[in-house]
Amino acid sequence: MRPVYLDNNATTRVDPAVVEAMLPFFTEQFGNPSSIHSFGASVGASVKKARQQLQQLLGAEHDHEIIYTASGTEADNTAILSALEAMPGRDEIVTSAVEHPAVLSLCQHLEKTGRAKVHYIGVDSLGRLDIEAYRNALSEKVALVTLMWANNETGTLFPVEGLAELAKEHGALFHTDAVQAVGKVPIVLKGSAIDMLSLSGHKLHAPKGVGALYVKRGTRFKPLLRGGHQERGRRAGTENAPGIIGLGKAAELAIEHMVDEQTRVKELRDRLEKAILQRIPNCFVNGDPRERLPNTTNIAFEYVEGEAILLHLTRQGVAASSGSACTSGSLEPSHVMRAMNVPFTAAHGSIRFSLSRDNVPEDVDQVIEALPKILEKLRELSPFWAGANKDPNDFKPVYA
Amino acid sequence: MWDYSEKVKDYFFNPKNAGVLGEANAVGEVGAISCGDALKLMLKVDSETEVIHDARFQTFGCGSAIASSSALTELIIGKTLGEAVSITNQDIADFLGGLPPEKMHCSVMGYEALQAAIANFRGEEWRDDHEERALLCKCFGVDEGMIERAIRMNKLTSIEQITDYTKAGGGCLTCFDRLEDLLAKVNSELVAEGFLAEHEAYRIGVASAADIKAKAKARKETEDAAPAPASPLAPTSPLPPPSAGMTNLKKIRLIEEAIEELRPYLKKDGGDCELVDVDGNNVMVNLKGACMGCQMASVTISGIQERLIAKLGVPIRIVPVKSNAH
Ligand SMILES: Cc1ncc(COP(=O)(O)O)c(C=O)c1O
Repeated sequence: MRPVYLDNNATTRVDPAVVEAMLPFFTEQFGNPSSIHSFGASVGASVKKARQQLQQLLGAEHDHEIIYTASGTEADNTAILSALEAMPGRDEIVTSAVEHPAVLSLCQHLEKTGRAKVHYIGVDSLGRLDIEAYRNALSEKVALVTLMWANNETGTLFPVEGLAELAKEHGALFHTDAVQAVGKVPIVLKGSAIDMLSLSGHKLHAPKGVGALYVKRGTRFKPLLRGGHQERGRRAGTENAPGIIGLGKAAELAIEHMVDEQTRVKELRDRLEKAILQRIPNCFVNGDPRERLPNTTNIAFEYVEGEAILLHLTRQGVAASSGSACTSGSLEPSHVMRAMNVPFTAAHGSIRFSLSRDNVPEDVDQVIEALPKILEKLRELSPFWAGANKDPNDFKPVYA
Repeated sequence: MWDYSEKVKDYFFNPKNAGVLGEANAVGEVGAISCGDALKLMLKVDSETEVIHDARFQTFGCGSAIASSSALTELIIGKTLGEAVSITNQDIADFLGGLPPEKMHCSVMGYEALQAAIANFRGEEWRDDHEERALLCKCFGVDEGMIERAIRMNKLTSIEQITDYTKAGGGCLTCFDRLEDLLAKVNSELVAEGFLAEHEAYRIGVASAADIKAKAKARKETEDAAPAPASPLAPTSPLPPPSAGMTNLKKIRLIEEAIEELRPYLKKDGGDCELVDVDGNNVMVNLKGACMGCQMASVTISGIQERLIAKLGVPIRIVPVKSNAH
């Protein structure tokens, strides 16, 4: 069975050109970039070049606005803890109910330990932020607003540039978890009101274990890790030179492929989505169909359970993922599905397909071929399935 | 994803006895779509002999829920209701070569559906005690009766196990205090009956709701967590030796009582039954007279078994032995 990987929001394949760029930095140019001798100096120069490549992808004004971290999670944690410490007299955080655990878990912990008051802004059935509630939560007590650029489960985009402007009006710092957005949508940080942005290498064809936090010049900042002077004292620890250089190369490639991502990959995604909605009754797209990552579609299937679908897909060579409970060891649908109030008939039956530039038309064909039969089989097994009672082309989910 | 046994995968991909059974005369339905799994079990039972001629299922749920349902139908077809009633959720899990611990609730769902179908056949309301014993876990619609049965059948001794086996407590966990009370109560009963050692029993206060939620969350977020062992079903510890004292005496007394109640019926048919020994969950009996070797022997055994399970609430196996005392 031909393997088809449609789980690129979980992680991506490292681009062979990235591997090639990294390899010399393990065995030949192994020096410590902080050393002044020739072993270190050449590495230092390559790290600087990588920083500039990433600066370009982010449209940042200065390369030193980028601080390398060991993951997207570390970047998120650093931003949140820094803001709390750097903004005396302010102890509130505004975030959303659909953030990644890298943000949510820390916020809940800060709340529980009495270190911050947290506002969790809700979303509507399409996953769009409740702007009214957001405005109401903002005040002079807010140290930080942290809102994700793109949702990892549904691909829904928050209008972060505008949201950052609103935060500015109250003197709050604005951070965005852009782990899923970087490399998929154009980003220009120069001139924006965004103070901090997190990204992660392994979501854009760089290796796992390297990420970055963008901190706009002039933003008050407190380091998470203290020690040596690396990253201008903002993140101690000897640089992961190969990882940083790989991320630089990946950034360069992402710029090159940005148009491809917005056109060819998006068309593949759209074709997959349309075919599924047409051929399979009683299913619908989770998330905002208009403001969405070009590579992601999350589809809810009524009367079937997500893990069962995934098991069948896996057997047919297709890798995707599910916001359903059963795959994760949890018993409830994901917090994102719950926040969106997905109808109970479909809350347990959501599948996420996330594409990348590695995908080809045959990948999509294979899913379109396999999925209708899988759904038919599982629905026949389901005690709730009484046949398609609606025209699949105008099926509308019933939200409570 | 889960590390399912080959048999679970086989029964998921190629489920046996799936679909609607038109001429069903016993139906058990458990679960709900909002809870993530549900099972409708349909049986065709011979009204004379009570033999299950056919069984079909429809299941909404994950891989192990579908596999457990199918396994259940395979286990019960051809059995009498009396034999089927003593099938436990553990039997379903064993049949499948084990289930991951977090998925044991799928086997319990099978067990509950079977009990419901049998009750339906007999015109009884399947311990539908939602009225008197209010729902304990509102997130997953689990009542006290079901949790109590799962604790007894599987000798559960922690809140996490209750969640694995029944899903109760897997949501908001505001039912924590009541779960704890129930677990401590049933555990102390099991200790008194000799099914559980004193030191294994749950004591109120050893767990906290916050810890459990934190652990559950960690489990959920650790995508690369070590896969669950394929067969987590080994008993947590051996039973206390039969000479453990008063506790076992109580169990034996209950067994004796049950057998005494049955003897008049057996004698009427020219047979008899005598308790020989009790070893853990195995109850050795000596069938005498017309019962011996006759076709009815297995019916008699399952009748006794059914009665004992009803009385003790734990799985019991009747093992017919020859008594060499006389
Ligand atoms: C939106 C979002 N934020 C943060 C992370 C965490 O990134 P990392 O895996 O590099 O820690 C992820 C990755 O799953 C993500 O999707």
